[in-house]
Amino acid sequence: MNEMKDDPDPSHDPRLERIRAWLSQASFFAEEVYSSRYRGAIARARRDEDDLFMLLVFSEMMGVPNPAAYYTLELQPLLLERFHDWHRRMGMERSPLDHFKCC
Amino acid sequence: MSAIVLLILGLGAMAAGYFFYSRFIATKIYRLDPDFKTPAHEFEDGVDFVPTNRFILWGHHFTSVAGAAPIVGPAIAVIWGWLPAFLWVVFGTIFFAGIHDFGAIWASVRNKAKSVGALTGDVVGKRARSIFMIVIFLVLLMVNAVFAVVIAGLMMNFSTAVVPVWGAILVALIIGQLIYRRILSLPVVSVLGVFALYVLIFIGPAVPVQMPSEVGALSGNAVWILILFAYAAIASLLPVWVLLQPRDYINGLQLFIGLIVLYGSIVLLNPTLVAPAFNTDVPAGTPSLIPLLFVTIACGAISGFHGLVSSGTTSKQLNLETDARFVGYFGAVGEGMLALAAILAATAGFATFADWQAMYTAFGQGGVNAFVEGGAYMIHNGLGLNEVTAATLLTVMAALFAGTTMDTGLRLQRYIFQEWGEIYNQPWMKKNAPATLLAVGSCLLLAFGAGGADGTGGMIIWPLFGTTNQLLAGLTLLVITVMLVRLRRPMWYTLVPLCFLLVMTIAALLIQLRAFFEQGNYFLLIVDVVVLIAAILVAMECASALKRSRAEMAEQQE
Repeated sequence: MNEMKDDPDPSHDPRLERIRAWLSQASFFAEEVYSSRYRGAIARARRDEDDLFMLLVFSEMMGVPNPAAYYTLELQPLLLERFHDWHRRMGMERSPLDHFKCC
Repeated sequence: MSAIVLLILGLGAMAAGYFFYSRFIATKIYRLDPDFKTPAHEFEDGVDFVPTNRFILWGHHFTSVAGAAPIVGPAIAVIWGWLPAFLWVVFGTIFFAGIHDFGAIWASVRNKAKSVGALTGDVVGKRARSIFMIVIFLVLLMVNAVFAVVIAGLMMNFSTAVVPVWGAILVALIIGQLIYRRILSLPVVSVLGVFALYVLIFIGPAVPVQMPSEVGALSGNAVWILILFAYAAIASLLPVWVLLQPRDYINGLQLFIGLIVLYGSIVLLNPTLVAPAFNTDVPAGTPSLIPLLFVTIACGAISGFHGLVSSGTTSKQLNLETDARFVGYFGAVGEGMLALAAILAATAGFATFADWQAMYTAFGQGGVNAFVEGGAYMIHNGLGLNEVTAATLLTVMAALFAGTTMDTGLRLQRYIFQEWGEIYNQPWMKKNAPATLLAVGSCLLLAFGAGGADGTGGMIIWPLFGTTNQLLAGLTLLVITVMLVRLRRPMWYTLVPLCFLLVMTIAALLIQLRAFFEQGNYFLLIVDVVVLIAAILVAMECASALKRSRAEMAEQQE
């Protein structure tokens, strides 16, 4: 009885904890089994969409009129990190923008 | 003879192959090194290159390579009796498939996880790489055509499975959304998905959907083939997470459940093999066992398709080089087990020899239908499940495997057409829709061209599919052998299977060439000639590559 009072929280029951650990392990295995085979294909598809978005955000700088330029300007600093990868992937060794150098 | 005895013999031999032969190959021939930095670590990017637990990787590898082919091939080949099919599956798995799959992973891991296609270019030569592309295209073409015919046949013969098979697509679409939008956790979704699939299987027999044998000017079979290709074309254009990924996942679970159910019912029932060990009374028109057996059973004994999986995705995720033995060789053993189950179902799942003979009335008959009916007989008598439900269960298993392969196959074929568009500067071919149409069109041409307008004779190309698959395996074995020669290691363990495959493939092509000519089937005659030319080119490439690398080695020694 005393033990029960010392430890009223049922989540500290070692048996329950073991079951919980086992379940989270099972969940991790299932996640891996589900996603690892298609991780590459999905990441590539996502990158393709991101590339289009990148083009939209930086379109004004390349002389393409963009009616939403006022809003996309705010996003530019957020996408800066990915800019270098993007222009390399688009087949341009150096940054295509004169006033916007990254390498 | 008792099926359990055969089961124990087969499993025992394959286990011995894994424990002894693969260890020998791993330590003495491929010389796996636990300290070698695998590409998964060297290029780790969280996307393609991810070091993965070997059990998970084995699960992936096994479910990617196991499909409908290791069921269909053995179930056709038992027409010569159970012994030849059994021996080829068991020894093929031990000395051919295991070495090939394991070797493809090893070769790729030692070469920055490049695919076998790229490796053929690097290790053997540019010309070999072009041949490789042609062979891959032929394999995909035939696999799509033949699997459409297989599923259409199943839909016609087992009308109770129509609702569950198409319902499974709906289930996959729903669980795909549940997982993608993170509405429920994956274990919960898995249980729900399998439960929904089995509910569908149990209600299937109550709502049979029978396609009429004539629909307008077309036969029912032809209509199913058209529907299947329309479906596959749409499915192959969807993003992978929408349908392919959840479907593959459900199929993987279904594969394990199916194997347990089949093996369990064999153990509980202990059926007798009603088919003869050697069938001396084969139906008229059945080709000779040698060499046709070795191309009728490709998957389950050795299959070039595995090399693509091994070097395409598996090698990029291998944690330790020593894991290659478990993932590659044991993956082949898993496939051998599936083929063994198919052999047992198609030879022991009948009450009498006469019943079995009634199923195998001609070469190419029986096949997956024999697997479904034989398996259902065993499950019914072994586990007590209603026979119609058991047949529905196995039909759904085979049809889902074949359907997923079609989806993947059409996707890959579209990529090839798009690549050709790139190479030959045809911008229209680079677009998704026209490339998919070209892929579907070429498959339909083969499915109907081979079997006539009703589409029922399409199984005639099954051995041709086997030959292209074996050619692909031959090219992979060639890459491994050349690598071994350059490393000054014994080459016989890969060279002997390679030569055996090439001889059998070319002989089978010549025999079929004559058969097609006598039948006046000029369409298949042309296809056969194309494959034959590819086979001869592969053989010449093997001879010249080996001669060249041996000469290089001799020069270095001097």
